Amino acid sequence: MANKIDRVPVREQDPQVRAHNFDEVCLGYNEQEAQLEATRCLNCKNPRCVGACPVGIKIPAFIHEVSEGNFAGAAAIIAEDSSLPAICGRVCPQETQCEGSCILGIKGQPVAIGKLERFIGDWSREHADEVPAPKIAPSNGRKVAVIGSGPAGLACAGDLAKRGFDVTIFEALHKAGGVLVYGIPEFRLPKDTVVAHEVDAIKALGVKIETDVIVGRTITIDQLMEDEGFEFVFVGTGAGLPKFMGIPGENLNGVFSANEFLTRNNLMQAFRDDHLTPIRAGRKAVVVGGGNVAMDAARTALRLGADTHIVYRRTEVELPARKEEVHHAKEEGIVFDMLTNPVEILGDEDGNVRAIRCIRMELGEPDESGRRSPVPVAGSEFEIEADTVIMALGTAPNPLIARTTAGLETTRRGGLVADESGATTRAHVFAGGDAVTGAATVILAMGAGRRAASAIE
Amino acid sequence: MFEIIEKVMLNPTICKMVVKAPRVAKSAKPGQFLIVRTDEAGERIPLTISDYDPKAGTVTIVIQPIGASTLSMVEDFNAGDSFADVVGPLGNPSEFVTMPEEELKKQKVVFIAGGLGTAPVYPQAKWLHERGVAVDVIIGARTKDLLIYEDEFKSVCDNLYMCTDDGSYGFKGVGTARLEALVAEGKTYTKAVAIGPMIMMKFSTLTCVKLGIPIIVSMNTLMVDGTGMCGACRLSVGGVTKFACVDGPEFDGALVDFNEAMRRSAQYKPEEAAAKEQRMCRAEAKARAEGRI
Repeated sequence: MANKIDRVPVREQDPQVRAHNFDEVCLGYNEQEAQLEATRCLNCKNPRCVGACPVGIKIPAFIHEVSEGNFAGAAAIIAEDSSLPAICGRVCPQETQCEGSCILGIKGQPVAIGKLERFIGDWSREHADEVPAPKIAPSNGRKVAVIGSGPAGLACAGDLAKRGFDVTIFEALHKAGGVLVYGIPEFRLPKDTVVAHEVDAIKALGVKIETDVIVGRTITIDQLMEDEGFEFVFVGTGAGLPKFMGIPGENLNGVFSANEFLTRNNLMQAFRDDHLTPIRAGRKAVVVGGGNVAMDAARTALRLGADTHIVYRRTEVELPARKEEVHHAKEEGIVFDMLTNPVEILGDEDGNVRAIRCIRMELGEPDESGRRSPVPVAGSEFEIEADTVIMALGTAPNPLIARTTAGLETTRRGGLVADESGATTRAHVFAGGDAVTGAATVILAMGAGRRAASAIE
Repeated sequence: MFEIIEKVMLNPTICKMVVKAPRVAKSAKPGQFLIVRTDEAGERIPLTISDYDPKAGTVTIVIQPIGASTLSMVEDFNAGDSFADVVGPLGNPSEFVTMPEEELKKQKVVFIAGGLGTAPVYPQAKWLHERGVAVDVIIGARTKDLLIYEDEFKSVCDNLYMCTDDGSYGFKGVGTARLEALVAEGKTYTKAVAIGPMIMMKFSTLTCVKLGIPIIVSMNTLMVDGTGMCGACRLSVGGVTKFACVDGPEFDGALVDFNEAMRRSAQYKPEEAAAKEQRMCRAEAKARAEGRI
């Protein structure tokens, strides 16, 4: 019988303190807290949470093991469907997936599925000797090239290696992890512990990772297949190209894409004094956009010392970011200017940003996405003072691989054409994650990587 | 790790390094660049490829220290040491590489090279010269001591013109003045390529537009990843925003907004000056500790 207690609160760093450091915000459950929270699960006969999970993790089953204190058992159940629980537990939009469909959420608070998943992911890392090593099939001698070491690539490579394939991941940057390393900040996803551990786990399966290789420039897919003997290729190159608004003043000094701002800080570690890459958050930063990347950029600017605003053209209800990130951003003192859209960025005589001119918006009729589309209120323009403007408007897939590989078709939006299994329009070439769908989530990319892995035979 | 095979000071400030990077060497084409990261704490430093040898698996880069990172490359790294990362080739090859042979044969190209930009002109001139295309090269520097690559160029072009601002060697005056003099003498060119500091490429463009010679420039903008991800390298070309890393680095000079590009390049000047200062202080402290000063 389920325990009718309130959701066990998760410990977090104090907002006043964490606004000045890059340490992880959420401290996670300890064993007692996790076990107690797990007792809240109703263990539904027809678990809606499982259906709402993009990779179908057997949620009530693993939570039952947590409630019994059998953490290794819980880890084994999650591992059947997910290879990155410590990561997904931290970055999945649970409120629209598993937790959003939890029966308990109708009248109260849903089970903290994400926090429990994270707990098991972290527990497995800290108790590596108690978790059975994954079974690796004998080598079949067949070579697969995985392009990109983000969530899709890591998941695909891991599954293939377990089945005996000889897998090499080619990564364009100098560090493996893709968006987990360059995009998501340290305070949400610690690099040296969580991400590095997942990458090491993939390497432990025998996967080779070659960094500093830009497929499409350093080598082409054709060369990989013809000259280096790779029988299959999986393209998991993500959606890395930043979008800009196309408004006047976007090339002024002090205007950055969120990608640039976050890459400087996360991949290049600009926030550390002993690293040479510069970064500038200014005194007053304005971040344009309402997704997770906008929240990450704003909270990074805040931590670098800027008084930070988020400007979004719809209302708070439509913010695409995870609820938790919005909540955390507010707690930390970020100001949300909703129904506000930039029309021009203004500079001083030296070409540095001095302000951003915006127009008030109101919500009109629903658009094709079902969301009410914002329309400008005539004559409502006003200026927000700023010396840094960060554009977080979404990203698009990099066209490099499609351009340099004969027979790979792309969609109108630049994603690679691929079927359910990840098969592209070119034989023996698979693709998955943001490179196919455009910017989406870590869990969807991971799922796509695993589906492609199972289709490769 | 990418081993430094050879290191030569070409003059008191400019350093040439030959680095083992087999994958880059195999794919490099004239006009492309690469990115070096010296060590774990280093920046990603974009540098134009000055030569490449697919057989030896090496690439050549030429560095003039201006900030803390380039100073570190030249002062802290020697032959036998290794850089943490060398990635490339990046950007598009020069337009000659993809030009139909028939059109290529008709070209009469003049390169205008300024300072450090002399080195990346070399693989382009060599590539064209090997294919029988008429190539003249104008190399300019402030003074004789700063001229580089004179001997190397002798075998890869039809005419080599050396210029110094102070007249200490060759023609007295800037490269564009030499070009104007050549055209006045009756020389004709189908295409000019200018590589050097942005201000020099700006003035080369003004001269070439005046002379009616189409001009290509190689834009060495700020950059982080070099693969299209960050957008730090964006510049206006014909009123449209382009990324130097994926759309360039070479553009039609007549369409480039040089003033904006120069302003954007100075974006991190205060941070760069502070980093350089810090490096100098550390070097001084170390020298004192070791009793050298």
